[in-house]
Amino acid sequence: MLPTELCCVMGYLSFITTKSKQFQAIRRSPLSILITTKSATDLEKPRSNSIAMAMAIKLSLLLLVFSCSLIPTFSLFEDQVGFMDWHQRYIGKVKDAVFHTQKAGRKRVVVSTEENVIASLDLRRGEIFWRHVLGANDVVDKIDIALGKYVITLSSEGSILRAWNLPDGQMVWESSLSGSKSSKAFLTIPANLKLDLDSPIFVYGGTCLYAISSIDGEILWKKDFIPEGIDVHQLILSEGSNVIHATGVSDSSEFNTYEIDVKNGAVLNHAKTSFPRGIFGEILQISSDKSVALDSSQSTLVLISIINKQIHLQETHVSNLIHGVSSNTIILPSKLSGIFSLSTDTFIAFIKLTDEGKLHVMEKFDKKVVVSDALPLSENEQAFALVEHGDSNIHLSVRLVHDMSSNHLKETVKMDHERGFVEKIFINNYVRTDRSHGFRALIVMEDHSLLLLQQGEIVWSRDDGLASIIDVTTSELPVEKIGVSVAKVEDSLFEWLKGHMLKLKGTLMLATPDEITAIQKIRLQSSQKSKMTRDHNGFRRLLIVLTKSGKLFALHSGDGHIVWSTLLQSLRQSPQCPNPTALKLHPWQIPHHHALDHNPSVLVVGRCGLSLSSPSTLTIIDAYTGNAVRNVGPTHSTVQVLSLPFSDSEEQQLHLLIDDEKRAHLYPRSREAVEIFEKESQNVYWYSVEADVGILKGYGVKNRCDGDEFCFEARNLWSVVFPSESEKIISTVTRKGNEVVHTQAKVIADEDVMYKYISKNILFVATVSPKASGPIGSTTPDESVLVVHLVDTVTGRILHRMTHLGSQGPVHAVLSENWVVYHYFNLRAHRYEMSVIEIYDQSRAENKDVLKLIVGKHNLTTPVSSYSRPEVSTKSQSYFFTHSVKAISVTSTAKGITSKHLLIGTIGDQVLALDKRFVDPRRSLNPTQAEKEEGLLPLTDTLPIIPQSYVTHAFKVEGLRGIETIPAKLESTTLVFTYGVDLFFTRLAPSRTYDSLTEDFNYALLLLTIVALVVAIFVTWVLSERKDLQEKWR
Amino acid sequence: MKLTGALLLFSVALFVSSSSAFQSDELIVDDEQFDSGEVVSSLSPSISSSSRSPPKPVRKTSAEPDSDSRVQFALEHAFGDSDGFTVAGTFTARIKSHGGKRTLTKIRFSRNDLSTLEKEKFKKLLEDDEFYRIRVPSNVLNAPGKAYVISSVKARCLPNDGLDEHFIIHMEGVHILAVNYGSLRACQYNRPLRLPSKWTFNSHTVLKYSEYAPRTPIFSEHIIAGDMGDDEGVKPLERSFFAKYWMYLMPIVVIVFNAFTQSANMVDEQVAAPPQQAVRAVPHGQNGAVRRR
Repeated sequence: MLPTELCCVMGYLSFITTKSKQFQAIRRSPLSILITTKSATDLEKPRSNSIAMAMAIKLSLLLLVFSCSLIPTFSLFEDQVGFMDWHQRYIGKVKDAVFHTQKAGRKRVVVSTEENVIASLDLRRGEIFWRHVLGANDVVDKIDIALGKYVITLSSEGSILRAWNLPDGQMVWESSLSGSKSSKAFLTIPANLKLDLDSPIFVYGGTCLYAISSIDGEILWKKDFIPEGIDVHQLILSEGSNVIHATGVSDSSEFNTYEIDVKNGAVLNHAKTSFPRGIFGEILQISSDKSVALDSSQSTLVLISIINKQIHLQETHVSNLIHGVSSNTIILPSKLSGIFSLSTDTFIAFIKLTDEGKLHVMEKFDKKVVVSDALPLSENEQAFALVEHGDSNIHLSVRLVHDMSSNHLKETVKMDHERGFVEKIFINNYVRTDRSHGFRALIVMEDHSLLLLQQGEIVWSRDDGLASIIDVTTSELPVEKIGVSVAKVEDSLFEWLKGHMLKLKGTLMLATPDEITAIQKIRLQSSQKSKMTRDHNGFRRLLIVLTKSGKLFALHSGDGHIVWSTLLQSLRQSPQCPNPTALKLHPWQIPHHHALDHNPSVLVVGRCGLSLSSPSTLTIIDAYTGNAVRNVGPTHSTVQVLSLPFSDSEEQQLHLLIDDEKRAHLYPRSREAVEIFEKESQNVYWYSVEADVGILKGYGVKNRCDGDEFCFEARNLWSVVFPSESEKIISTVTRKGNEVVHTQAKVIADEDVMYKYISKNILFVATVSPKASGPIGSTTPDESVLVVHLVDTVTGRILHRMTHLGSQGPVHAVLSENWVVYHYFNLRAHRYEMSVIEIYDQSRAENKDVLKLIVGKHNLTTPVSSYSRPEVSTKSQSYFFTHSVKAISVTSTAKGITSKHLLIGTIGDQVLALDKRFVDPRRSLNPTQAEKEEGLLPLTDTLPIIPQSYVTHAFKVEGLRGIETIPAKLESTTLVFTYGVDLFFTRLAPSRTYDSLTEDFNYALLLLTIVALVVAIFVTWVLSERKDLQEKWR
Repeated sequence: MKLTGALLLFSVALFVSSSSAFQSDELIVDDEQFDSGEVVSSLSPSISSSSRSPPKPVRKTSAEPDSDSRVQFALEHAFGDSDGFTVAGTFTARIKSHGGKRTLTKIRFSRNDLSTLEKEKFKKLLEDDEFYRIRVPSNVLNAPGKAYVISSVKARCLPNDGLDEHFIIHMEGVHILAVNYGSLRACQYNRPLRLPSKWTFNSHTVLKYSEYAPRTPIFSEHIIAGDMGDDEGVKPLERSFFAKYWMYLMPIVVIVFNAFTQSANMVDEQVAAPPQQAVRAVPHGQNGAVRRR
């Protein structure tokens, strides 16, 4: 009796699963699991391939293909959004801010950032009202607000002026200002100037001065300064006058001042004075008719005053003004009327211009002071903010411009040490409840975060450093500790049951709308997701990201919250390290065996300076706490960082850092590491790409350097020289180091086996003819040739070389297993194309012979040497692809069994998943029955873009720069982290989750069903017994 | 029975093995065919140019009348890192102009004999498992051009009976991009030390130009329709309609059929109905009687 009941349960199980997601019954069939586990065990001895295994693979492949059905999509249900993905929006480091608080219902601040974002932020909470990313080439120069309702942005060196509607961020108008020469860009929006019901905006850019209508963006008049050969440094528009003053410097070092009529651009007056020494930096306006500048030697201050339409220059030596002044004097660009600030190596001095025209030093501060622009409080009162640094706090003071000693406001704010120093401050005032002036300050910190200070507190903060990620790596979370209290278990058990009862109600459609929202909430905020311990499936991980500011963040993959963040001391500005830049992030220690002894750690490599030969710094950071374990440097320069596949007894990964003199430095610097390395040094090779000269070079280890046992000299083993008249390197791609390939063999339709040419040392190089290296459309198809090469980086052999006529870059490529897919532009077809090259090993092709395999006369178990003559064959095919592409990546899984998807970062800042089968070179117009069974699709000229296969679904990852894939422990699943200005994380199952139940699988319902069935069995059993008894009694 | 089975298996195996051997043979030929791009001497000249003789001036370039169409460039070699490069042989090729583009064909290679010192050096390389390095100019007309193209191989990969070497020279016009250098055979890892019986090189040279990428298949629906004929273009559509909707059509057909038979029955019943009423009552009654019991 029981087996039938069980069958019933099984049937019900499959019914539930089918209901919860489509086609899962097939996926979870025990057969497919059996086969996949079989092939997984085969992985241990990958070289012992045999036909039998190939058959098994074929079977499993077939099954996979079968289970994938024809068109695999990731389409989510609406309620699954946010269940395993998260999206975070950032803006980047703020460089300019304009407050909009007067007469506005919603207090907001409009900011422009170094990521070329303009955004309107809520001043109360710091949230983004609206945001626009202008793109990498459209640098925002200036922003301002016009007419109280438009945000005006000037970008691309003063050549594009746009107006955005302040409440909703819609673009109102855009004007293109075609200047003749690149120059500085200024934007002046007069407050109360009216010209025939219009308020003009004055823009200087491309050596032209424009007056532009703020209503529709039309150019009212234009004045070109090119004939005069003058570079304008400032525009002054006095309050209430109809004259605009433009002060500039001509090539022959003359000061020029123009008085220009605001109505028609006519020059009313032109004055000039010669100043042969030339000026350094900018001219700063300090009052309506006076400006100050530094001469080119940075030692003399020049006070420029315009009296009776004549320029008067007054020179003051800086050392006369401030005694014991050192070099590197600059005028800080803070606009304070009547005073200006001068920065030297050691301190900042505030200098006042007295009514008599004398300069007078008011106050000196040490270097760590940041000053804001002046903020008008009333008719003749102006205030500015000044920030000084304490130990673990900052002192904010607001002072009146005319009275430096007055402290309008003095606040001390406790500041997190990990945010570094204040870099910029913007202030805004408001009227307090007692009618006095209150101030709020927006500060930009060293780690690019943005904070709002008010009443001595941090009202909100944004970690906008995350908008400029340089490198990403991941780390496992700590193993769960045993010994949890009973009460906690009971509580969670109750919660668990409650949750499942709710879900059960939902499944049976008995839930009220309130309960449905509760279910959704439970699903999204499941504590499982953001737990700080390792999970069985490997979904929970720490994403460790290195940002441009030199701050390292650890994000939890469950919900994206920041677990820890640390501002690396080695990447902060210091006398030893004047211009630090973060370079690379590598996993340093990945504990397996001694998981409890050590925490995993990461290596951060930075460089102190802009040239390749500048010294570098190394820091090792504990991945669980964010503490620096070790700091090295500044030491030798670093051009390349190689992670070697060896680790020492503490499981520290061996790394080679190549300096600019081609010497290899071994890390960790220990005896043991050297011993390990020397044992293997004969098999260590690396290469360098010298893109500017068009040479690839390969190196091997030669001998130790003199006097340093951790340094090794390199020897040049090979070089590939691209002729400079016909080929220019534009892109190089290698395989990911941690990629796992499951099988070397590929079974094709006619029961034949092809062996993949799998080498970790393949380099894909794309070159174009020098004429075609410009943007698309700059050359004719006949002149542009794209050549792709597959190079073995151990021997420098070119394995394959192919020419695409009439094509040009930019080339984006991804190399995985034995194939490379690349994206480029076909000028003849006027379309983007994607091509695939698959490379197969012919030297193993004879291993199809069963008899040989039985006798053991096959070469599958012999180690492969790169020095053998490569016998390869390639297959390739090209397809049209509609989008232009920002990045390409490929899914990677733990054992490499699951089929692969290409992840394409499209121009619309979304990520598209494209099944690799679409870019199979073996697709033919009319596939045979056998080929169809294999899963080969009929040939089409274009790759399909299926809207459901956007993994980012409704979100956009603005300014997308990279897509990182991380294998989960579960074979079917891969984790995808996409970064740009925004961050997006999700979990993908390219062949669907064939190896696990979905997370929303209702265990309670299953349990209940089983219980109900058991009860039913007993009830019917009792009833039938009773009936039998009655029958017998009759 | 068993015997024949075994025989069959054997013969099949034989066939498979022979076919695979054949295939690999053919592949080399294939390889060389697309290697050489145009008319390029590949294996045959190199075999002829095995080099026991001293650097015999095969054809003096300067003396020949068509010297402008011939080019010579040197192969240089080095034993180990500390050693400098010395001339090891000369490549001779013919320049072919084709539409303003110059390419090399008919490459020949003559190698100088190894001197006693060089033999010693080579022996040392073999003992230390070190690299044997070669280089050629990157521009054959204007040597060395931008830089030398260097290639190297572990010396232990070369010895066979003599010393085997195989050059695949990747060309772009008159520029050399790269040289794939090594022996023709596979080089087993854990290279065992083996000294050649003869200290002469057995050289093979192949010139290789870039392949052209297959063109993207461009076809749109009307082209296909044109190829296949209009009426054929429609047919599969209709078939697919039935293939797609047969499950919906089937019940309709069944229902229609049912309805049809039912209505036919109805007509029958109507015809036969009045006289049967009395008869019907009887079985009802009978049934009832049975139940009651």
